[in-house]
Amino acid sequence: MSTASTTFNGFQQGNASTLHPTQPFLWSIRREFWEFRSIYIAPLGVALLVLFSFVVSMARVTHQAQPMTEAEVIQRPYNFAALFLMGICFVVSIFYCLEALSTERRDRSILFWKSLPISDFTTVLTKFSIPIVVLPVIAVVLTIVTHVIMLLLNSAVLLANGQSVNMLWSSLPLGQMWMMQAYHMLVLHGLWFAPVYGWLLLMSAWAGRLAILWAVVPFVVIGVFEKMLFNSEHFGHWMMYRFGGAPASNAYPGGHMAMHEWANLHFAEVLFNPSLWAGLIAAAVFLFLTARVRRSRGPI
Amino acid sequence: MALIEARGLRKVYKTTVALNGINLRVEQGRILGLIGPNGAGKTTALNAILGLTPYEGELRVLGLDPWQNRDQLMRDVCFIADVAILPRWLRVSQALDFVAGVHPRFDRAKADAFLAKTDIKRSSKVRELSKGMVTQLHLALVMAIDARLLVLDEPTLGLDILFRKQFYDSLLNDYFDRSRTIIVTTHQVEEVQHVLTDLMFINRGRIVLDTSMEEFESRYTEVQVKPENLAAARALLPVSERQGLGRTILLFDGADRQQLAGLGEVRTPSIADLFVAVIGQQQARGFASPERAEAPVPTPPAD
Repeated sequence: MSTASTTFNGFQQGNASTLHPTQPFLWSIRREFWEFRSIYIAPLGVALLVLFSFVVSMARVTHQAQPMTEAEVIQRPYNFAALFLMGICFVVSIFYCLEALSTERRDRSILFWKSLPISDFTTVLTKFSIPIVVLPVIAVVLTIVTHVIMLLLNSAVLLANGQSVNMLWSSLPLGQMWMMQAYHMLVLHGLWFAPVYGWLLLMSAWAGRLAILWAVVPFVVIGVFEKMLFNSEHFGHWMMYRFGGAPASNAYPGGHMAMHEWANLHFAEVLFNPSLWAGLIAAAVFLFLTARVRRSRGPI
Repeated sequence: MALIEARGLRKVYKTTVALNGINLRVEQGRILGLIGPNGAGKTTALNAILGLTPYEGELRVLGLDPWQNRDQLMRDVCFIADVAILPRWLRVSQALDFVAGVHPRFDRAKADAFLAKTDIKRSSKVRELSKGMVTQLHLALVMAIDARLLVLDEPTLGLDILFRKQFYDSLLNDYFDRSRTIIVTTHQVEEVQHVLTDLMFINRGRIVLDTSMEEFESRYTEVQVKPENLAAARALLPVSERQGLGRTILLFDGADRQQLAGLGEVRTPSIADLFVAVIGQQQARGFASPERAEAPVPTPPAD
């Protein structure tokens, strides 16, 4: 059977510009930034806050004229900056996933989006890539920029006091810190938490306003019942495992979630962890279901 | 093959029958008015045509099954569901950029030209625009899309007369041509009377009238009968009767105009009058209670 485009008479095929297949996806990402401005405003706010408190602490330090000695003391504010930026991106990811598919339904704008040729799958994939890719990238970029500004301020203050910057610059393995941050955010926060984000997206599509309840309560209930009925805590441990990362091992003293020296990372242990892959499969299932729910839930 | 073809289209929500096996055929290049009381099934029918809801029965839009092939269908079909559905945080410029970026058939220049005739500023957000301006924006976007089928579900709801008139004027003059098809549902039946080429009445999930406007004009006649001719007029079996000022107005289906001319002033009825007559007749026949979900009942012939 001939395609629909050639069946009807008198209709010119002209005016149809060819769109690159990734364009709907990229424009949908832009839409997420327009609709959920907290994606960039919250991390930016935290970065500014970190810089502000760093400047204040600099002012205090110069008054006390404390010499910078221990490498750890030097590194601490930089570690905090990285940590806070990671933290805010994680928090924003959670809240974003809970809202992502329910706001468009609540304000009925879903009918506008559905009038455009963007598939439900593309939309769900776009929303999924915000916590998996976009927010981690924002975290890393902001960390780099914040660290550079902090370093410049630090150096300026030291030089103004007539002290040498050698100790400062040699104690800060910033390149390594940045790579570690990128790895941590993309692989651990991104891939390891993928099923969590997938679950939250599914709940936001399915439960609307009550998304947060439906997302959290079942797990609490299961954990409590298990404890009450079997006096065991397997479910609780499993939840801790998923949120806290794999426990300590030889390659990862302190567990997967703790930050390590770049040189000590053993990628294979993380990437071939069967739980990681089970989580990714679960995430894929959740995304598939989310696309189905968005499609089948009536227009409003 | 018709643009839209439906046979036995049926939709049931739990225990309510929204569409009770309707048959529908829309040819290319027509402007169809789908008129019906609240809860008649207009929006359900349109949702099925737009692939927004699953259905029972057979339905083909542009040769495609709208529920299965929605993504492909949306390249050639556009719709305005309601005045208020543009997201309130969206800026006018963002809306134009977005649709230009995702729709292969969007003509940016056309949309800009249409917006230039309005008071809408590029930097405004939708929440800052009045209802009429939101409709103008939505219409600008939709008219710049080279769609084969345009579905308008009560597009002028809540708008003032100026905006409503402008809406249909723009639609007819700037958008419609013989290759495009438009389906409109509206309660403001009078203002679409001169816009439509085809007419369909829907009530309680069934099509009760399906006619072209030409046929409508030749088939239905309204006579303002003087009291002395009333008995003679009634003998010709009118469809309905209503009281005017000192006269009775009778509506006839398929009667001879020459014959009627002798009884009083003859004219073509308005859609509204016919609607009240036909739907009123339906109510009188005992369709008063809402349909319960049951085995499909054969559709009564459209009259």
